[in-house]
Amino acid sequence: MAINTETQKLPEIKPLKSRFRNALSKYRVTITKSCNNCGLCVTLCPYGVYKAGSKKPRVIAEHLCLGFPCKEKEFYCVNRCPEKAIQLTLNPAFEILGDKRWSADLLASAWHMAETGEIPYQGLNYKTGNSGGGFDKLRFIFPKEKGPDLPDEEVSTAIELNRSGDSRPSVTIQVPFYFGGMSFGSVSIVTMLSRVKAAAALQTFCCTGEGGYPEELIPYDDHIITQIATGLFGVREETIKRVRIVEFKYAQGAKPGLGGHLLGDKVTARVASMREAVAGTALFSPFPFHSVYSVEDHKKHVDWIKETNYRALVSVKVSTPSDVDMVAVGSYYAGAHIVQLDGSYGGTGAAPDIAKKNIAMPLEYAVPKVHKFLSEEGIRDKVTIIASGGIRSAYDMAKAIALGADGVCLGTADLVALECIRCHHCESGRGCARGIATTDEELTKLMELEWATQRIINMYLVWRRQLIAILKRLGMKSVTELVGRFDVIGHLDYIKQEDLEGELEL
Amino acid sequence: MPPKYHINTSRAANRFQLITKSGVMAWEEGCLKCARCVKKDCVYKVYEKRGLDTRQMLESLDSVCMDCFRCVQGCPNKLIQKGLNPAYKELGDHYWTPEIISGLWYQAEAGRIPVSGGGYGGAFSGPGFDAMWTDMSEIVRPTRDGIHGREYISTTVDIGRKVMALEFDQAGALSIDPPPVVEIPQPILFDLLPWSPPRKGINLAMLEGARSLGTFAIVRQSEFGPAMEEYLPNIALYVDGKLSDISPEILRKLRLIEIPYGKDAIAAQKKLKEEHPGLVTIIRMELAPDSSSNVFRLITEGAGAIHLVADEYGLEKSDKPLFIKERMREIHLHLVDKGVRDQITLIAGGGIAMAEHVAKLIICGADMLSVDIPLLVAMECRVCRRCKDGISCPVELETIDHLWGASRIRNLMAGWHNQLLEILGAMGIREVRRLRGEMGRAMFFEKLEKDIFSTLGKRG
Ligand code: SF4
Ligand code: SF4
Ligand code: SF4
Ligand code: SF4
Repeated sequence: MAINTETQKLPEIKPLKSRFRNALSKYRVTITKSCNNCGLCVTLCPYGVYKAGSKKPRVIAEHLCLGFPCKEKEFYCVNRCPEKAIQLTLNPAFEILGDKRWSADLLASAWHMAETGEIPYQGLNYKTGNSGGGFDKLRFIFPKEKGPDLPDEEVSTAIELNRSGDSRPSVTIQVPFYFGGMSFGSVSIVTMLSRVKAAAALQTFCCTGEGGYPEELIPYDDHIITQIATGLFGVREETIKRVRIVEFKYAQGAKPGLGGHLLGDKVTARVASMREAVAGTALFSPFPFHSVYSVEDHKKHVDWIKETNYRALVSVKVSTPSDVDMVAVGSYYAGAHIVQLDGSYGGTGAAPDIAKKNIAMPLEYAVPKVHKFLSEEGIRDKVTIIASGGIRSAYDMAKAIALGADGVCLGTADLVALECIRCHHCESGRGCARGIATTDEELTKLMELEWATQRIINMYLVWRRQLIAILKRLGMKSVTELVGRFDVIGHLDYIKQEDLEGELEL
Repeated sequence: MPPKYHINTSRAANRFQLITKSGVMAWEEGCLKCARCVKKDCVYKVYEKRGLDTRQMLESLDSVCMDCFRCVQGCPNKLIQKGLNPAYKELGDHYWTPEIISGLWYQAEAGRIPVSGGGYGGAFSGPGFDAMWTDMSEIVRPTRDGIHGREYISTTVDIGRKVMALEFDQAGALSIDPPPVVEIPQPILFDLLPWSPPRKGINLAMLEGARSLGTFAIVRQSEFGPAMEEYLPNIALYVDGKLSDISPEILRKLRLIEIPYGKDAIAAQKKLKEEHPGLVTIIRMELAPDSSSNVFRLITEGAGAIHLVADEYGLEKSDKPLFIKERMREIHLHLVDKGVRDQITLIAGGGIAMAEHVAKLIICGADMLSVDIPLLVAMECRVCRRCKDGISCPVELETIDHLWGASRIRNLMAGWHNQLLEILGAMGIREVRRLRGEMGRAMFFEKLEKDIFSTLGKRG
């Protein structure tokens, strides 16, 4: 019962502006009093930065300005303005945006992709952040000679999730990623639905997270992964029967060894009813599963799901302890189709800072470790490895695949497409002031469902295009050829351009 | 049920305005007087709480804004901007970073551990303590029951010589006299401060804090005075003068005494033991490349507790200093090799700046730690070190009320204790004593990088 054997058409890009009046930009463009309103700049700028005004033109889209590199162009408004009325400067607020992992450039790039469906051109580094290690120090090694220039349609980005060879259905996703669990309660219903709708449009999946299965999701059953986590909040037999993939969450990278934690403020009546809990009380999910003390116990869990739903694939989400390779093998032998490795630097929910930074290993180590071990055991082809926890861009995704994952699971990046600015205050008071990670009614209204869905689609279609470009440069026709190709990726501390045949490049 | 160690916390307000990372600038000129100004929509009511602190001439906008950028993005005339606070950038130095200092302030004020949403935002790794990760165990975890079982994780450690086996005489009675040990409920001592403004109130705050936490503060003999006498059971007196100058009454009330490492250290320890059998002696030595052989020799000569001290940056005394974590690993493994590790208590200190450093240094071989600068920071110190040069302290630390100071210290230590439990809980370890030297339950940057990244990019 293969559902997606022939590629259905992927959705289209539709440009969508920021929800906020002034988009956050790298550059500031200002027109001073000496402007005579000749309108030249409005006609010159090809990026639509200006709009004609009655006294002087209005700067309506600074974030689309090319910035200093525009100096080279003949249309450079600053030079061409007869009154020398235009000032172009760096935006000082840009300096405080983002953090080392998600740099201001990465944030602005994601916003740009979500808004325009195009790769940024404003001199933003949309490939790496400033964390100084891991993905940010890994580079592709592209062959010198260019391969045949295939049309994009001939490069496949699809992956099969059921590699076990058992009698359960094949599940193919058209892009090598799906969306990770963010429970209703930690994010608004609009955020949740937009991710699900975008997943359906992109012919992939979105996980419900812990906290129940709101009925609004029922039309998208075929694109939903339902999660069973330690709190068992909202887990019912009927929800397990409904879906094609069921996920066990043993641990999550952002707080390895700790359960979920929803502060009382966020437990509204609706959240509470779905979780069968009392409104206003903080909800803790225990760690770990109280019924699991061994791999045998774990197998019983997997068997239980398989009995309840004969067509479901089982995914096991674990974090990355020092023996992550053994954990992956154990999960496989217990019958998992998918093992999701959740690295320690990702996550969206509230977590103690000490856990986020220090406990368990980053994804960039865990994926190759597991890939190697499963290959040596001869079972790598029988299981799907999904990497998550800190994938910020198409480049991170491609690198994770080259390090040995079949695909990736995403979360934070979707929120950034919805204009999350990573202020890290999702957990306080009424929740996210920008209306993304909140259940506050008024704040939820800051975002419309159609807008949000399309923003996520736009950004990920750009990611897909970027992935195809990487595959083509590597002379590959399918993303499955990239899995575990340690030879096409290098770490800057260990590899120098001089010693290489190919081009060490992003 | 084992007794639970619980630290009572209560909010202890800042005396001075916080220095935060960024501030809001709102210009008046050009304001359109909108019917519904974006300032009214601030979720955190920043503009309603606006005020000017005249003592410091600081605008409150800078300390309450939560960086959501909505006002910046909403103002039709772009009159609101945010920018980096230069005073924030200048806090501390390369080691005592603004992030560390503001994190300590938060814990000391709120008595809660830092929790945030949105994943990790820091560097991939870094020097020193940032080059290791602690382990977690995925499923088998009989040690922990959600958040509620955590109080049963023990953080108690002992200071003093341990006998490796009990001996009995023919009548079945104990034939050896086991040396005294001092038990403290969490693995942290308060150390001598490397610098500070005049310390009268500061010392009392540290002592009051130590007493309420059940731990000890190390106090110089030269600074000891009658006002501190009531705290004697929580003082580890550091002998910076003549041992004979300390009166027997004081020695009788003390439980810990610290003497400097030197030729006479072992002789002094013997003498103290003879006269005050219940007193535990700690030998304080600077961490140095030859520490492991010196520690081993001291153990064979009868030392029971050694306090190894690095500088403010966690560096040992040497031209090419090793970081405390590396040196402690070497010392620990050397003593394990020699079969004497369990006889001695190793206290390590210098450069301990965050809760995670406690767990990590214990994994690298320390039994317990000593902290210094974080206690000052708990009382709002900005690590500007002006006091070191005799310049006035910007937060007037010489004027603090010691009870306020003690509650700030208690809050901070409660936060550290809770975070230590997070790490122990995630690892499935029930006792901090068992964490000591568990290097197999940690992941080290150098090794992982080499194992994994050095093999990439090779053909064939
Ligand atoms: S080109 Fe210069 S003078 Fe003309 S409208 Fe633009 S800013 Fe004003
Ligand atoms: S500098 Fe170039 S891109 Fe920017 S507004 Fe002027 S013409 Fe447009
Ligand atoms: S940035 Fe957000 S929190 Fe800060 S003042 Fe503006 S609206 Fe308030
Ligand atoms: S704030 Fe500066 S002057 Fe005051 S105690 Fe700290 S380092 Fe010394």
